[in-house]
Amino acid sequence: MEFVAQQIMNALSFGAEYALLALGLAIVFSIMGLVNFAHGEIIAVGGYTMVAMAALSLNNPLIVVGAAILAAAIGAVTLERVAFRPVRYADPTTGLLTAFGVSIVLQNLFLLLVSPRPIAVTSLYFLEWPIPFVGLRISSLQLFETITTIIVIVVMMLFLKRTVLGLAMRAAALDFEMVRLTGIKANRVFAAAFLISGLLAGIACVFIMARRGSVDPHLGFDPVLMAFVACVVGGFGSLPGAVIGGFLLGAIEVAMLVLLPQSLGGMTEAFVFGSIALLLIWRPDGILTPPREKGDKQ
Amino acid sequence: MLVVQNLNVFHGPIEAVHGISFTVKEGSCVSLLGPNGAGKTSTISAITGVAKSTGRIMFADEDISTLPVEIRIRKGIAVSPEGRRVFANLSVKENLRLGGAYNTANVDRLIAEWFETFPILAERRDQMAGTLSGGEQQMLAIARALMSEPRILLLDEPSLGLAPKIVTQIFEMIKRLKEKRMTILLVEQNATLALRLSDHAYLLNNGLIVADGTAETFGSNDALMAELTGLA
Repeated sequence: MEFVAQQIMNALSFGAEYALLALGLAIVFSIMGLVNFAHGEIIAVGGYTMVAMAALSLNNPLIVVGAAILAAAIGAVTLERVAFRPVRYADPTTGLLTAFGVSIVLQNLFLLLVSPRPIAVTSLYFLEWPIPFVGLRISSLQLFETITTIIVIVVMMLFLKRTVLGLAMRAAALDFEMVRLTGIKANRVFAAAFLISGLLAGIACVFIMARRGSVDPHLGFDPVLMAFVACVVGGFGSLPGAVIGGFLLGAIEVAMLVLLPQSLGGMTEAFVFGSIALLLIWRPDGILTPPREKGDKQ
Repeated sequence: MLVVQNLNVFHGPIEAVHGISFTVKEGSCVSLLGPNGAGKTSTISAITGVAKSTGRIMFADEDISTLPVEIRIRKGIAVSPEGRRVFANLSVKENLRLGGAYNTANVDRLIAEWFETFPILAERRDQMAGTLSGGEQQMLAIARALMSEPRILLLDEPSLGLAPKIVTQIFEMIKRLKEKRMTILLVEQNATLALRLSDHAYLLNNGLIVADGTAETFGSNDALMAELTGLA
C-alpha cells in the first residue's frame, strides 16, 4: 500500500513537470500553429539566470527562483518579438524552421558565451528536504512540484474562463481573424501566449534544476522532448490534452520503472515510447482532439 | 460616415473587385447586391482590412485604408461576417463578452439587453456556441458585433442558409436597428428582402458596380428587378 502511494507520488511529480512544459508548448501551438522547438532554450535561460544570481552572490532561494522564472518569461516574449513575429502569418513550415534556427543559435550562444560544461547550482537546497508523510519518502521537490502545478493549472483555467484576454486566446485557437474583427489586438494575444509559455517554462526550470543540480546548454532538450510527446498523446493544440498527456506520460514512465525487471532496466524508454505508440494506434489524434472546424460556414 | 473610393480588392494575385466607389451616409442602410462571386464579401473584407486593397476608404472623415484590422474595428466598425463565424468553443455569453472586448464598461448591461431581445440566447447562455442552430448563431453573430456599440454595422449575408421563418426574424431585427438610426452596410443575395430595408443599393457583378440607386428606382426598373430576383 505504502509502496503504491509512494509510486503515485513519484508519477505525479514527473507528470507535473511534463504537464507544465506541454502546456507551454500547446498554448503557443493552439494560437499560431507554431511548434516551438526553442522552448528548451527558454528553460536553459532560466538555468543560466540561476548561475548568474549565484555569481552575484544572491543566494536567497526566493530571489533565485523569481529571477529564473522572470528571465524565462522575458526570454520567451523577446523571442516572439524578434524571431516569430516577422513569420507570424507565413507558412507553418517557416515557423518551424525559424524555431529550429532560434534553438540552434541560442544553444551556441550558451556554448560560446558561458561554457559547454555543466555548471552546478546549489541555491535550490530547499527542494531537497525530505518530508515525512505517513511512512512515505517524499521530498520537498515532489511536494512543491505537484502543488505548484495544480495551482498553475487552476490559475490558467480561471484566466482562460474569466478574462477577456483568456477568452480571446481560446477563440483565437479556432478563428484568429474573427478575434481581430472584434477589435482585440493580435499582438497582445501572441505576446500573452508567449508570456504564459515562458512563465510555465520558468517554473518547470526550477524543478528541472532541482533534480539535475546543474545547467548546461542542452538542459531543456530532454524535458521538452518529453513534453512534445505529452502534447501528441493528449492531442496537439489542446490545453487540457497537454495536461492529461503530461500526467499520463509521468505515470507510464514510473510504471515502467517499477514494473520492468532489473535486467530490462536500460530499456525503460523503449517501453515508454512503445506503449505510447500503442496508444496512438488506438487514438491517432491523441486523447483529446482539439477543435478544428470553424463556426458554421456554408 | 463611410466613403469608399476607387477600391480594388485582391486575394493573393487575383483582383476580385475593380475600382468601385460607394457611400454610406450616417443613419442609413445601404445594400450591396449581386450574385455569388460578385465581390461583395471581398468589399467587406477590404473595409475591415482583412483583405488587401488599394483605393481610399474614409470612415468618419478619416482615411482608414492603411490602418490594421483591430484599429479600424476600434474606430467603431463592427462586422457580422459571412458564415457567422461564432466562436464555436466558447459559450454564448463568452462570445458576447468578446464582442464587447473594448467596451468593457457596458458589457454587462448590453448582455442583459441582448438576452431580453433574444430570449433563446439567454436560455442557452452557457451552451457552447457551436451547438446552436444556424439561426441562433446568426442572432449571436449580430449581437456580438453590436456589443461594441459600433457606429457602423457591416452585415454580410445574414440570411445565408437559414429557413425563411428565421430569415424574417433576422430582418425584423435589422429593421429595428435601422429604426434606431444604426448605420448599416448590408450584403445580401436576397435582393427583395434587402431592398425593403435599404435607402440605397448598389448592384455588383464581376467586381464592378453595374447599377445603383434608391430602393424605389430598383423596384420600378422591371428588367433590373427580374435580373435581381432571378439571382436571389
